[in-house]
Amino acid sequence: MTTPATMRLETFSYLPRLSDEQVARQVEHILRQGLVPAVEYTLEPGPRSVYWSMWGLPMFEVRSVEGVMAAMAACAEANPEGFVKLIGYDPRRQGQVASFVVHRPASYAGPG
Amino acid sequence: MTESRSFDAGVKEYRDAGYWRPDYVPRDTDLLAAFRVTPQPDIAPEEVGAAIAAESSTGTWTTVWTDRLVDLDRYKGKCYRIEPVPGDPSQFFAFIAYDMDLFEEGSVANMASSIIGNVFGFKAVRALRLEDLRIPVAYMKTFHGPPHGIQVERDMLNKYGRPILGATIKPKLGMSAKNYGRAVYECLRGGLDFTKDDENINSQPFMRWRDRFSFVAEAIRKAEAETGERKGHYLNVTAPDVEQMLERAEYARQCSPIIMVDYLVVGFTSHQTLSNWCRRNGMLLHIHRAMHAVIDRQRNHGVHWRVLAKWCRMIGADHLHNGTVVGKLEGDRAATMAINDLLRDDFIAEDLSRGIYFDQSWASLPATFPVASGGIHVGHIPDLLEIFGDDTIFQFGGGTLGHPWGNAAGATANRVALDASVLARNEGRDLAAEGPDILAAAARHSPELRAALDTWQDVRFDKFETIDSLDLQEATK
Repeated sequence: MTTPATMRLETFSYLPRLSDEQVARQVEHILRQGLVPAVEYTLEPGPRSVYWSMWGLPMFEVRSVEGVMAAMAACAEANPEGFVKLIGYDPRRQGQVASFVVHRPASYAGPG
Repeated sequence: MTESRSFDAGVKEYRDAGYWRPDYVPRDTDLLAAFRVTPQPDIAPEEVGAAIAAESSTGTWTTVWTDRLVDLDRYKGKCYRIEPVPGDPSQFFAFIAYDMDLFEEGSVANMASSIIGNVFGFKAVRALRLEDLRIPVAYMKTFHGPPHGIQVERDMLNKYGRPILGATIKPKLGMSAKNYGRAVYECLRGGLDFTKDDENINSQPFMRWRDRFSFVAEAIRKAEAETGERKGHYLNVTAPDVEQMLERAEYARQCSPIIMVDYLVVGFTSHQTLSNWCRRNGMLLHIHRAMHAVIDRQRNHGVHWRVLAKWCRMIGADHLHNGTVVGKLEGDRAATMAINDLLRDDFIAEDLSRGIYFDQSWASLPATFPVASGGIHVGHIPDLLEIFGDDTIFQFGGGTLGHPWGNAAGATANRVALDASVLARNEGRDLAAEGPDILAAAARHSPELRAALDTWQDVRFDKFETIDSLDLQEATK
């Protein structure tokens, strides 16, 4: 069974938690590639948890790092016991090409 | 019978029989081939080029009366261009156009029977190599390609913004099924996405296939439950006959999201059967290229790997082994990268400096993950990421299992090195120049990575020269 001691959260979850500055640089990369950022959250991540809840629609119009950071912060504040991830959609590929978890619940003690 | 003058019996020069057509303008619907020809001495290149066109299409060594019942000009292969090989007067390139109707729809088997059939044993050539093929869009549309393709696989497995990591379980032969499952579980729980059967693990006396599949299924189930990430193992379904291959695939559905086969060994026809089965059953398909070097390694004779790779994408592979550039196996860097493009992109432009002889459109066929496999370890990860980008599988072997603390630590070291390299690249850092620094910094919070770097830091495989290097940089157009 999944315990916090063994749980991982895909991309970047084998590194120490990213600082806000590090997250901001990844947001910048997503925007620079022309991807559409989007924020999702869930109480139950896991191998079969495909559809997390959307924190509003993907941010088609937001082109600033600050705007994306603010959306992630608002989602985390409203869902203190949730996991929050940032996604980069590529409309040409018709799929996600970036995704990583930016916020974990305070009670979560896992390595990733 | 009385004498008949209704056709000219006897042997004609091929070039005078309509197979040498320097004035011919290839049509968009023609299939085009580029051959490297080493002719017998004292035969004109035009005659040899025409002979190859004839032998790979309609011709036989003498005229026959039934030729007159056929619109032969339509079905003749047409040698439309001859080019010298720079620096080698004993060879030349012959470009041949084939009418699309020479080939059955959706059949690489049929294409291969013609284009690389009898003609390769033809006495007029000392050696012959198929360098490249241009598949016309109309014919490409008769193939289904990979069962799922790169983007669907990422969506199925929830893995984004980074290469996929795998490892081949070693030793290749001799382990029991339960011990094998242990090695798989340790790799997966440590952080790898996939593990893999080796190409020659089928169903030997020491480990029968059903036992292996069952223990591997348990390893995957447990690793997924513990890590919360999707995991898989390429279960090799290469078997003595197609019925047994499909029986193994059928059982694999409840064991792993992905199976594998040695596509050249089982043959194009049975591979396509398996590929279609995978599409119908929602299973990913990993392809090993065992035997390819028999066909593609010699520069003068055989079939270049880029053609075998194109055919593999056409008949369906979600993953296909390609060179590593940095590892232990053969592969010129420019040529390897061009083949990665052939597997992943939808349009690849002619570029002789990379060994691409023709524009190739894939007409929206799904993309295939190239697999970089053979002699790679954590120290290579920044370079591999820089060279191959995200849409690749990095396939370790000893580079995971040889970690001094075991498979799980080896897998963790690989994941840490990959995460650190992806993070740094996205921040705009230069992986080629700063790779060692990036890994050293990441190792400060990962003892697993530190131990891996200490073990393999200086192991490289660049002391042997590539046998099949490109010689086309100066080739004329």
